[in-house]
Amino acid sequence: MPEFKQPTTEQDLELAFEQLKPYMNPTMAYYESSRCLFCYDAPCVTACPTGIDIPLFIRQINTGNVDGAAKTIYDSNYFGNICGKVCPTEVLCEGACVYNHQDVKPIEIGRLQSYATSQVIEKEKRLYHPAPPNGKKVAVIGAGPAGISCACELRLMGYEVTIFEAKKHPSGLAIYGCAPYKVTNEDVLDEIVWLQEQFGFEILYNHPIHSAEQIKSLEAYFDAIFLGIGLGATRPMSIPGENLENCYGATEYIEQVKISPLKVRVGKKVVVIGGGNTAMDAASESARLGAEEVTLAYRRSKEEMGAYEFEYELAKGVGVKGIFNAVPTAILGNGQVEGVRFIKTNSENGRVITVPGSEFELPCDAVILATGQEKKTGFLSLIEGLEWNKDGSIKVNVETFQTTNPKYFAGGDAVNGGAEVVNAAAEGKMAARGINSIMA
Amino acid sequence: MPNISSNLAGIRSPNPFWLASAPPTNSGYQVMKAFDAGWGGAVWKTLGVPIINTSSRYGAINYRSSRMVGFNNIELITDRTLADNLREIEEVKKYFPEHAVIASLMVESRAEWHQIVKDVENAGADGVELNFGCPHGMCERGMGSAVGQEPSVLETITRWVKEVAKVPVIVKLTPNITDITEPAAAAARGGADAISLINTIQSLMGVDLDTFVPTPMVDGKSTNGGYCGPAVKPIALNMVKNCAQDPDVRIPISGIGGIENWRDAVEHMLLGASNVQVCTAVMHYGFGIIREMIPGLENFMREKGFEKLDDFIGKALPNVKTWENLNLKYKVIADISAEKCIGCQLCYTACEDGAHQAIALPKNGNRVPEIIEGNCVGCNLCSLVCPVEECITMVRKDDGKKHESWKDYMAADKAPTTFNDDRAGGKGHWVPEPAAALKR
Ligand SMILES: Cc1cc2nc3c(=O)[nH]c(=O)nc-3n(C[C@H](O)[C@H](O)[C@H](O)COP(=O)(O)OP(=O)(O)OC[C@H]3O[C@@H](n4cnc5c(N)ncnc54)[C@H](O)[C@@H]3O)c2cc1C
Ligand SMILES: Cc1cc2nc3c(=O)[nH]c(=O)nc-3n(C[C@H](O)[C@H](O)[C@H](O)COP(=O)(O)O)c2cc1C
Ligand code: SF4
Ligand code: SF4
Ligand code: SF4
Repeated sequence: MPEFKQPTTEQDLELAFEQLKPYMNPTMAYYESSRCLFCYDAPCVTACPTGIDIPLFIRQINTGNVDGAAKTIYDSNYFGNICGKVCPTEVLCEGACVYNHQDVKPIEIGRLQSYATSQVIEKEKRLYHPAPPNGKKVAVIGAGPAGISCACELRLMGYEVTIFEAKKHPSGLAIYGCAPYKVTNEDVLDEIVWLQEQFGFEILYNHPIHSAEQIKSLEAYFDAIFLGIGLGATRPMSIPGENLENCYGATEYIEQVKISPLKVRVGKKVVVIGGGNTAMDAASESARLGAEEVTLAYRRSKEEMGAYEFEYELAKGVGVKGIFNAVPTAILGNGQVEGVRFIKTNSENGRVITVPGSEFELPCDAVILATGQEKKTGFLSLIEGLEWNKDGSIKVNVETFQTTNPKYFAGGDAVNGGAEVVNAAAEGKMAARGINSIMA
Repeated sequence: MPNISSNLAGIRSPNPFWLASAPPTNSGYQVMKAFDAGWGGAVWKTLGVPIINTSSRYGAINYRSSRMVGFNNIELITDRTLADNLREIEEVKKYFPEHAVIASLMVESRAEWHQIVKDVENAGADGVELNFGCPHGMCERGMGSAVGQEPSVLETITRWVKEVAKVPVIVKLTPNITDITEPAAAAARGGADAISLINTIQSLMGVDLDTFVPTPMVDGKSTNGGYCGPAVKPIALNMVKNCAQDPDVRIPISGIGGIENWRDAVEHMLLGASNVQVCTAVMHYGFGIIREMIPGLENFMREKGFEKLDDFIGKALPNVKTWENLNLKYKVIADISAEKCIGCQLCYTACEDGAHQAIALPKNGNRVPEIIEGNCVGCNLCSLVCPVEECITMVRKDDGKKHESWKDYMAADKAPTTFNDDRAGGKGHWVPEPAAALKR
């Protein structure tokens, strides 16, 4: 018996996507903040890609200065509330908390962070006042965490900022990708609205930049351009049957789950292919949406999975089964998916070797391919002099985030190859400083 | 932005947060580091006669999981040479001309006082603080609290210092005395420009149950020391208030004792302290705690609409009266919120065994206790032990129209003189018969 049934109402959805890190109440926040040791040169801070002064904001919560706590967080990370909920804290701040060395539960930094930031958002508290206009204009392409963070920081320094966004919602994969049981769309959008009110940048939605002419006119009008374009569509596997109905790319499937969860088609027997965090998310989400059987299939061993251990545990917790050392050779079916043919593998020195004669078939009615996202090199080739690395990530100066075309700066997934919201937030902010250091 | 610049008897500092004379102000290195971190002033570790310190000097009490809620030391004044200290004071003032550097002093004869005051003035000290407070070691040599406990001696020495001092003179008081206003008034008579309080309270931290030696232990023996830290704040607040309200004192006060965060500082200031000094909290967490204190104070001032420190210094003083002025007609009764109650029944046992048998256990099978209104004297005990915020509230029951104090009764000759008088306290208050205790 599956633990979840397919949701048909908003209430069903709330249960299916019950928040992993719900907001703390004041008592919880007080007790938890009382535990923080206020470490010197705190390892939690070092572990945070945005370097939030964690002991300080926790102490501010403890002394009743919640607005001050929120300010401490936002001073380092404009995605304070979202990050508190979606960051893999187990491997970042909380994983570094000194209490781990005592076998004591680490401080719940993420939840405390969301506790403080959500309150200023809810109260529409004004914490920032941008500098007077400095007469310079910057275009930001992509309203994801990188683009918006860059915009906030630039506005703070007095730049005029216009964001061009292909889609109809802001925040990129924070809204189109991050698992719905980590953060609600409402919380994501509320934070972006709050940021827009604080900093006053413009976002032009449904406004993809895709032609050389558009690029020329942006270059003519703006003093600098920031690329926060993230990654592209799911990379195909190039095996037979990928075009069958009910075979989805993970990011595309998850986008549907995020935007229209009551309309998304959920298979009864779902096979998810891949061993990264996106695979874990796709599997967990399928299970929570009522799939009867969800199988994760990874071509290497369990230990070699790229996904964080806690993400796999989370998937197992909702009934997902894993099979390892199996690589798909074909998706089977006639118009619709009916199964997947695998061949067993051994991993030797990191290389995957197939075992001859070990083919087997797994019947299913939906396949989700979580085999990585493509890079947007097609778009990048429209920009003169812009170079990228072999893996398609944009080449930048590590301090200024300036690209090989001096007018362009870049950050986030498009530069780091695909990381977390918090990395994109950090890089967007640093790129804004880079822009300022070169323009000022 | 509120203005937090501070002025204590003419000694200016960028903010009201000073380091108290203690190990954190042992050297120019530490004071510079502190100023760099944001502290507004520092009272140098007491300079004076040559001394020797013991090895093992501190003791602490932990309460449950909280370390160092009370702290004790058997340390004497500085053991570094006067020449080194003077040179370093001069250097600090060169780097930080706007910050307050106060030299704490403790010597014996009039000539010595004259000389050392001139020395520290030449080094550039903005003020001097006379240490009449150290309650261990130095007092055995006739200095420190031995002076603070003899108002006439204190007055004489203060006069000696005032004979030569060109900078403001602060007299630091010991709390090891019955009535703090006596030495405070003596300081004022002697010409002191300000007083600071409290120094540490004589204490013995505890005894090692295996060795039978109290802590801190010096080669198998111990001695009484001086108590400070969060635990002493209520004692300090009361003494600050007493001095602030005394018509014979009327000089500015620097508040010391148990200050760890912005709240503690504001409380000292509401009771009349013009600025505050901190020792234990810095010894525990380092200079970095100033990061929490300054924004916390600013946030408080913004929220309350205070533009400068003087707007709230002493603001609580009109609300502290002697007991005889309190309204005896004011009547509150405990009220339990059944919704918030978690059923620990600590309130029941506290009231039943430790107060007035005014709480009954529920008979209906749930765990929410009930207040017996007729028995509740409004003592607050239950609301203090209850672990849930605002679960037990004290609700006003009188109509607020009558105000009669003990003083009014005395003036109108209405004070009860016999136990049978209807006005006598406890009259008509029901208590169970002794034997009822055994019938359960
Ligand atoms: C399924 C999934 C789950 C994830 N879960 C988590 C998680 O739990 N925690 C976490 O921290 N991270 C998670 N991530 C990663 C995280 O979402 C990304 O690292 C982060 O969003 C990257 O930010 P970005 O701004 O670089 O790019 P994106 O978020 O991808 O934003 C790029 C934006 O640019 C727009 N854009 C692109 N090209 C153009 C163009 N030419 N013109 C106009 N607009 C354009 C896009 O529409 C998009 O809005 C997840 C990612 C995925 C795919
Ligand atoms: C280890 C230690 C040494 C101290 N030495 C001095 C001193 O040399 N001169 C002095 O005036 N007060 C001295 N004090 C007292 C502090 O300045 C301060 O008055 C007291 O600790 C109360 O403040 P607190 O609760 O913030 O610690 C010392 C306190 C401690 C803990
Ligand atoms: S490491 Fe843990 S205890 Fe130390 S400051 Fe960070 S959250 Fe607090
Ligand atoms: S605190 Fe420093 S000086 Fe004191 S005992 Fe520990 S190591 Fe030694
Ligand atoms: S102390 Fe508070 S929570 Fe506990 S039983 Fe009493 S009212 Fe309820």
